[in-house]
Amino acid sequence: MQSVETHAGFSRTIGRALRSSPLLPLLPGILAIVFLFLWPLGQMIYFSFTDPTVGLENYRRFFQTPAEIRSLGTTMWVSFLATLLCAVIGYIYAYSMANSSKAVSRLLMGAVVLPMGVNLLVRTFSLQAILRDTGLINELLKSIGLIQSPLPLIRNTFAVSVGIISMELPFMVLPIYNTMVQINRKLLLAGEGLGATPARVFLDIYLPLSLPGVFAGSLIVFVSSLAYYVVPQLLGSGSEMFLSQDVSNWIQLQAEFGYGATVGVILLILTLGTLLIASLFMNIDKTLSETTGAK
Amino acid sequence: MDRRRLGCFPLAFSFLVIVVLLAPILISVAMSFTSADTLTFPPVGFSLQWYQAVIHGPKWQDRLPVSLTVAVASSLLATSIATLAAFALVRGKIRGGNLISTLFIAPMIVPAVVLATGMYFVWTKGWSLGPITVGGRLVGTIPGLILADTVIGIPLPFILVRASLGSVDLSLEQAARNLGASPFTTFTTITLPLIMPGVLSGLIFAFMSSWDEVVIASFLSSPRVSTVPVAIFQQLRETLDPSAAAISSMLLLVSVTLVGLLSLARRKPAQLKEE
Repeated sequence: MQSVETHAGFSRTIGRALRSSPLLPLLPGILAIVFLFLWPLGQMIYFSFTDPTVGLENYRRFFQTPAEIRSLGTTMWVSFLATLLCAVIGYIYAYSMANSSKAVSRLLMGAVVLPMGVNLLVRTFSLQAILRDTGLINELLKSIGLIQSPLPLIRNTFAVSVGIISMELPFMVLPIYNTMVQINRKLLLAGEGLGATPARVFLDIYLPLSLPGVFAGSLIVFVSSLAYYVVPQLLGSGSEMFLSQDVSNWIQLQAEFGYGATVGVILLILTLGTLLIASLFMNIDKTLSETTGAK
Repeated sequence: MDRRRLGCFPLAFSFLVIVVLLAPILISVAMSFTSADTLTFPPVGFSLQWYQAVIHGPKWQDRLPVSLTVAVASSLLATSIATLAAFALVRGKIRGGNLISTLFIAPMIVPAVVLATGMYFVWTKGWSLGPITVGGRLVGTIPGLILADTVIGIPLPFILVRASLGSVDLSLEQAARNLGASPFTTFTTITLPLIMPGVLSGLIFAFMSSWDEVVIASFLSSPRVSTVPVAIFQQLRETLDPSAAAISSMLLLVSVTLVGLLSLARRKPAQLKEE
């Protein structure tokens, strides 16, 4: 009897706590985010200003080292290039998806979503196997006599871009597709009815209406590209490093923790800065949720 | 007539893209069955020797249990935390809810290497504030890896559960409450079953994010305690032999299984709601 009462009392207490404070179920999440996420980031920022000496020394060193500036430049340039190419390829792909029969559309959707579930290392390895000097493409070209020595398809910016584009394409296609299927067809018909050529209808109506999807996709692809580590490590040259590789180099190989933390902070600022600027024009949370929700 | 006429260029181009995306994966699977000592395509002969080499390699026998333990524990933790948080944020009108939501999604946005660096510092030295230090020595331990993967596992379940909560009919919860159920009972007997597809797909995504994670794991593991992806990453940096293709194919099988589970988790009640 007593145990029943205690049980009822217990569940009533929980009930009251839930009613009075919706914060209770939020508590584990807040604790996890504060101690396991924000704290490490704070620690890294703190180290960048204090290790080995207090002050801005680490940052001065970063901006006075040509190799570091080059690494910053490589990261931004390759990410920009990959985003641009992704946007062009993704636009055509999404356009085919939005404007073909249901069966073809499903097939295209499946083909672009499926690789998202495949382990990044597996996909990077498969690109390595194809692009390397004795890989499929070079062997094929050699056997038909088009080339004597292998083309430089790997260990360069080209290979890194190919890698990033093939990993990021779904994140470009999905938001573009989502905006394309929401375009009101009556507007297009009206344009045609008023005598516009198909090219004019596309340029003046369809393209502007689908641009929000392009912007959303580009933001996601650019920000993710900035953080790439495995792909440039396996497909890139050792001389043109991404900032992520740079950080790992200082922390894991050189054990210069304060300086490595500084490079990390700069990468973080680059990422958050891009998002901050973008958030003036779009809803970031919505953009991310819709893209991942479409998975 | 709700589609624009599609020229043959976009469609041909799109099929080319599919080939470029999928062919490398299929080719690397084919190469794993070679009986030669080098990676070649087409593969020479047919043999399972590279699979045997991988399975009998001591490295994998040590790492598979670590990877599995970490992925199972962290995905369960992350999904529970994310589900509760999403519930609190959607149902309770909390001030600053948007900011808190952003924080739950943020681990997906912060570059992995950046998070790995910060975690490496804290996991090594502990949470210290002035003279007080708690914890530490977590690098190269299973709990350390579980804590790290819990953080990166939170965003997807959070997003998915939040979306499913948005589509739950509120009157069902109110009916339960009016009939005398406590908020706790209402959550476990009414809300939770209704959002289960979201919770389950969140769980699978969280499992995948831990199982596939390589950057943070390479910072936080030691030669003794390490995960499967870290070992593969090291091997891919050194040599490319057919055993790499064999490991890849086995991982691919895991990925395909998980994606299959995912579509199962999302299909059943989703059809009732959406269509």
